[in-house]
Amino acid sequence: MAKWGLRLAALAYLLFLLVLPVGLVFWRTFQHGLSPVWHQLTEPDALHAFQVTLKVAILAVILNTVFGVLVAVLVVRHEFPGKRLLNAFIDLPLAVSPVVVGLALILVYGKFSSFGGWLADRGIQVIFSLPGMVMATIFVSLPLVVREVAPVLEEIGIEQEQAAWTLGAGPVQTFRRVTLPAIRWALAYGVVLTLARSLGEFGAIAVVSGRFVGKTQTLTLYVEQQFQNFNVAGAYAASFVLAFIAVVILVVMNVLRPKEEEA
Amino acid sequence: MAITARNVTKRFGDFVALEDVSVDVPSGSLTALLGPSGGGKSTLLRIIAGLEQPDSGVVEIAGTDATRLPPQSRNVGFVFQHYAAFKHMSVYRNVAFGLEIRKRPKDEIKRKVDELLELVHLEQFAHRRPAQLSGGQRQRMALARALAVEPQVLLLDEPFGALDAQVRKELRKWLRRLHDEVHVTTVFVTHDQEEAMEVADSIVVIAGGRIEQTGSPSELYEQPANDFVMSFLGPVTQLGDRLVRPHDLELHEEPDATTVEATVVRVLRLGFEVRVEAVVDGVDVWVQLTREQVDGLNLAPGSVVHVGPVRRTPERTVVPAINAGP
Repeated sequence: MAKWGLRLAALAYLLFLLVLPVGLVFWRTFQHGLSPVWHQLTEPDALHAFQVTLKVAILAVILNTVFGVLVAVLVVRHEFPGKRLLNAFIDLPLAVSPVVVGLALILVYGKFSSFGGWLADRGIQVIFSLPGMVMATIFVSLPLVVREVAPVLEEIGIEQEQAAWTLGAGPVQTFRRVTLPAIRWALAYGVVLTLARSLGEFGAIAVVSGRFVGKTQTLTLYVEQQFQNFNVAGAYAASFVLAFIAVVILVVMNVLRPKEEEA
Repeated sequence: MAITARNVTKRFGDFVALEDVSVDVPSGSLTALLGPSGGGKSTLLRIIAGLEQPDSGVVEIAGTDATRLPPQSRNVGFVFQHYAAFKHMSVYRNVAFGLEIRKRPKDEIKRKVDELLELVHLEQFAHRRPAQLSGGQRQRMALARALAVEPQVLLLDEPFGALDAQVRKELRKWLRRLHDEVHVTTVFVTHDQEEAMEVADSIVVIAGGRIEQTGSPSELYEQPANDFVMSFLGPVTQLGDRLVRPHDLELHEEPDATTVEATVVRVLRLGFEVRVEAVVDGVDVWVQLTREQVDGLNLAPGSVVHVGPVRRTPERTVVPAINAGP
């Protein structure tokens, strides 16, 4: 009895919080068939928002992948003063509200700060343009690759790498031939998580981008704008795209998981 | 190629792993670094391989100073206790790794790897993953991988420590035979005195970061430098204020100048060997006898006998006084 009660409670919880809302978005989107959806999604502003989202997400994923692997190696394989501090800093983005992240970036890189002003004098605009949006996205998705890769590095230990050294492999060869294949599934998982987080980011982007329609508007910002302008169909169509990508990502993650355990 | 370590010192924080250690490993020999765990023997091996840096001292391999060389340029083969197999590669690719790094031609790699897999009896497992091999097979693969690059010296860190007793004994014999075939200067670390005695030409006993004694297995057994070496390299028991080997003692029914009175506590019959446990002046002593020796005596718990050194070959027995250590 207790088992069934627990199952029922879990299912009801998921139903009301997850399945119902997401299912409704899908249903509302296709309420009047496919063509109005297609029409909404091929609006120039929607297409542009989609492009901006992809650009920001891909740049953030690439940079966070490189940075994430480097930091994971640093934290697991090396001893240095301030290591614990660095470890704590990596988790900071999980604790800080994205809106605060956005405001903090404006504080440093905005036109009226000394550093932002210095950059602006050299023709580099960070806030209200792509660099700032990428930075905000990097910030909020920073820990994901590190936290997936670091435990795996810890688990595989350093002996395989040391064996490679004694066999003549330099640091780069050792990383490419021994370390990278050993962490590949964890890395893939981290990348997928980072991508999901980057595509869905709203708060920090909302502050940093300036929400210029057709310029710095991402898909999440587009959804909000369409909704507020009473274009519910447009909001649902764009939401559907975001939710659909999320579902695909979820499937990809589930395909990756068992392989990671096998390796 | 010969290995020389001179005045090597290594600390980890406050812990002194090695203190002013000097060792000579002659070219072509098979040397064991023997000692209790935490005594510094693995650290010395890793310093020779370049996996650790000594705080002071010099390491020479084949006559050249290797102290500051990275492990990549020392041309040593290293075998780890837990195999350190490249898990995502086949057995073949594991063994080929060093040769691929050296960018040798494909056909040369194939020839060499096939030859080595045959040497370690893994030719039919070439395309398996390490996870599909037993522990003993994995360790043989690791050995083939280390030998593939034709190292100047072969270093093995507790190579059989993770294997069960039966496989361990087989691999010991096999390592000895392999060394007789390949003749590469080999140093292996072990805490198992039987393993060291059975496999090595010479043994270096290391404890507490210092070298206690260096010599051939029989030298160490017959002429231990101190009580530590004596008790580490074989069974010992105490008679009066001295340590003796239990098989260098005899029991007699009548006393003489060399014997002391003992009371039998227990008689353990272990097939051919018979162990007699007794008490001399309140101190436990045990004597290792053969069945024939015991049959002549009337031994039972409580009976009084006289224990003394073996009379036939007294000069063979070396009995250093207790506390005669360094």
